[in-house]
Amino acid sequence: MCLSIPAKVEKIKGEIATVSVGGTKYEASLQMLDDVNVGDYILMHTGFAIQKLDPEEAEQSLKVFQEFEELNEYLDEEEKKTGERIV
Amino acid sequence: MKYIDEYRDKKLVDELVSQIKRRSTKPVTFMEVCGGHTMSIQKFGIPYLLPDTVKLVSGPGCPVCVSSTSYIDRAIAYSRLDDVIITTYGDLIRVPGSTSSLDKEKAAGADVRIVYSILDALNIAKKNRRKKVVFLGIGFETTAPSSAAGIIKAQMAGLRNFFLYSSHKIMPPAMEALIDEGVKIDGYIAPGHVTTITGTAIYKNMPEKFGLGCVVSGFEPVDLLKAILMLVEQIENNDPKVEIAYTRVVKPEGNVKAQQILYEVFELRDDWWRGLGILSESGLKIKEEYKMHDAEVMIPVEVEPLKEWKGCICGEVLKGLKNPKQCKLFGKVCTPANPVGACMVSNEGACNAYYRYNR
Amino acid sequence: MDDKILLGYGSGGKLTHELISNLFVKYFSNDILELQTDSAVLDIGTGKVAFTTDSFVVDPVFFPGGNIGKLAIAGTVNDLAVSGATPVYLSASFIIEEGFSLSELETIVRTMADEAGKAGVKIVTGDTKVVNKGKCDKVFINTSGIGLLPEDKVNIGSGKNIETGDKIIINGTIADHGMSIMAAREGLNFSTEIESDCACLNGMIRSALDVSENVRFMRDATRGGLATVLCELAADRDFGVEIYEDKIPVNENVRGICELLGFDPLYVANEGKVVMVVGKDDAEKVLSVLRRNEFGRNAAIIGEVTNEHKGKAWLTTGIGGRRIIDMLAGEQLPRIC
Repeated sequence: MCLSIPAKVEKIKGEIATVSVGGTKYEASLQMLDDVNVGDYILMHTGFAIQKLDPEEAEQSLKVFQEFEELNEYLDEEEKKTGERIV
Repeated sequence: MKYIDEYRDKKLVDELVSQIKRRSTKPVTFMEVCGGHTMSIQKFGIPYLLPDTVKLVSGPGCPVCVSSTSYIDRAIAYSRLDDVIITTYGDLIRVPGSTSSLDKEKAAGADVRIVYSILDALNIAKKNRRKKVVFLGIGFETTAPSSAAGIIKAQMAGLRNFFLYSSHKIMPPAMEALIDEGVKIDGYIAPGHVTTITGTAIYKNMPEKFGLGCVVSGFEPVDLLKAILMLVEQIENNDPKVEIAYTRVVKPEGNVKAQQILYEVFELRDDWWRGLGILSESGLKIKEEYKMHDAEVMIPVEVEPLKEWKGCICGEVLKGLKNPKQCKLFGKVCTPANPVGACMVSNEGACNAYYRYNR
Repeated sequence: MDDKILLGYGSGGKLTHELISNLFVKYFSNDILELQTDSAVLDIGTGKVAFTTDSFVVDPVFFPGGNIGKLAIAGTVNDLAVSGATPVYLSASFIIEEGFSLSELETIVRTMADEAGKAGVKIVTGDTKVVNKGKCDKVFINTSGIGLLPEDKVNIGSGKNIETGDKIIINGTIADHGMSIMAAREGLNFSTEIESDCACLNGMIRSALDVSENVRFMRDATRGGLATVLCELAADRDFGVEIYEDKIPVNENVRGICELLGFDPLYVANEGKVVMVVGKDDAEKVLSVLRRNEFGRNAAIIGEVTNEHKGKAWLTTGIGGRRIIDMLAGEQLPRIC
């Protein structure tokens, strides 16, 4: 699948970043990415950083899920009231 | 762990599942074409959560599974040469060739080493200048750029004893071939990490030519369920399109730098896929300029005649036409301990995943 | 003595005697071993005896949290303890590669003596062989052990008295040993602070048996990990095993490296973990005793024995999905897919 894991950038030296996954450290190559900074999360695949994680997108998508919860609750209530299935 | 745990949250999963149940009225079959998806779906027990209307099938997404037996045979032949060290991802080590496998060769004395990265293989080449170090390059667009980067490094460092034996392939020809062959699905769960590199343009034929939706998904349960929900929405609204459910990683344009590295070293060639046969321009070959690191060109070797098993339906399983349980060999002759077909070997092979998680 | 093991140390001659006296007898010293007779003569009464043997090969020989010597003592002590027995005597045999460092061997032997002391067992007999360079990997150790098995504990090993509704307990985080070894191996270039959980569990197990007569099965989850024990527990039995993924303790850094390499921690080796099946009314009591022990601080009830899916172990995943737990064909390997 292309096992790739989000890893936190702790140190950068030239093209090499020391990254951490839950405390395990690895020296990843930054050859395929520009503008990586300490504190960023990168997606690592076979020792290469292949993309930066986008914190705003992540936050937004999680927020959408929170809204699902409200929507589901609302629809459940409505269904109970009307006895009909809402799709 | 950040960016992992939030996407394994049971509450979010529950919400997504109830949303899917609410929205899904038409029976649909979605195919994932990434072994990592197969693996996650089974490992987290996702089918158990889905309504009866949503069925998931696995396509040709495991690079080990789709590679030819003759690829393994040639790798085995290399491993039998006295001056060769084979370096490989763990995935390939147990894959059966015609009469042997790399782990059997290792037991017989071959120097076969498992690495996590091609960079480790380069280090082995540096330390063993008198040996030829052959790296087995498997994988799709996600992995091919790192192989390319490795070759460029070898070139720059003058590591003339480093060679790549490429089985690298690209995904879109297989996805299209499946539909051409009449595989009946209602949408693709598209591979998140392939698309991380390629961007979404590679899927544009899906809705345009085949009327199929394509949602790019991550690998955590919340990602997969979100992609399934988006596909369900597309079906219910009769609006197939290419969408990204994995926006924290995947950009529409992909990783352009990685694409450049990939095509600096590789060019397209026709390639053989298990279950699909030869697909035009579906494999990656090392370009002329880098041929001094191409094992196929630089290390001639005699390969034993091809012998494949009868009765193995890996091909049909890979196309999603049959599920592993429909194979006569499954769980009897063919088990993870004694695999007949490639789909049983790899952790992410459909047969192996079925055997372990779903028997 | 020289600083490297020479073939002569295994010759049976002067060098051998030197090694035995200056190393093994010095550290393992006890009244029985000191007699240096061909056989140790033991007085163990008339009750039942549990007897086990295990050989230890590990690469690397020294790893974070222990070494092969600690493993060799804990492994055999635990095999006895999980059978319900009180370990008392061990043997220790060494196959050493020519050229192995004598000071490293001394460290290993000293560790073994320490562990044996902590576990309250005596090493009463042993043997040493030296093989040509390349004929073994540094040092292999075999230990055998005997323990005293009380009459009311004879069914713990087989789990004959297991009942539906019994709780399944583990004494802490899984996969630490296997992943510490994996990370310490050459060539992978990961650095972690993961330490092996390698430890003698007989004291902790004793304290559990002291508070409950309803500990109905125990097994140490070594090679093959927790999953393999659960499969063995359910196999061919008239009950099923149900486990909850979110109850299974896993250290964060172990999870991290497992994600990186594509490993399932359920299948990774432990060297200080015991799976217990305990009558449901006693489960909390046993749990709190375990948690008071240094090797059981993270103990947890992870599942139960059920009358559904007989003969099989099932896992409810962290997100509420379900899957079967099966044994693994071979060892897990780092993968990219």
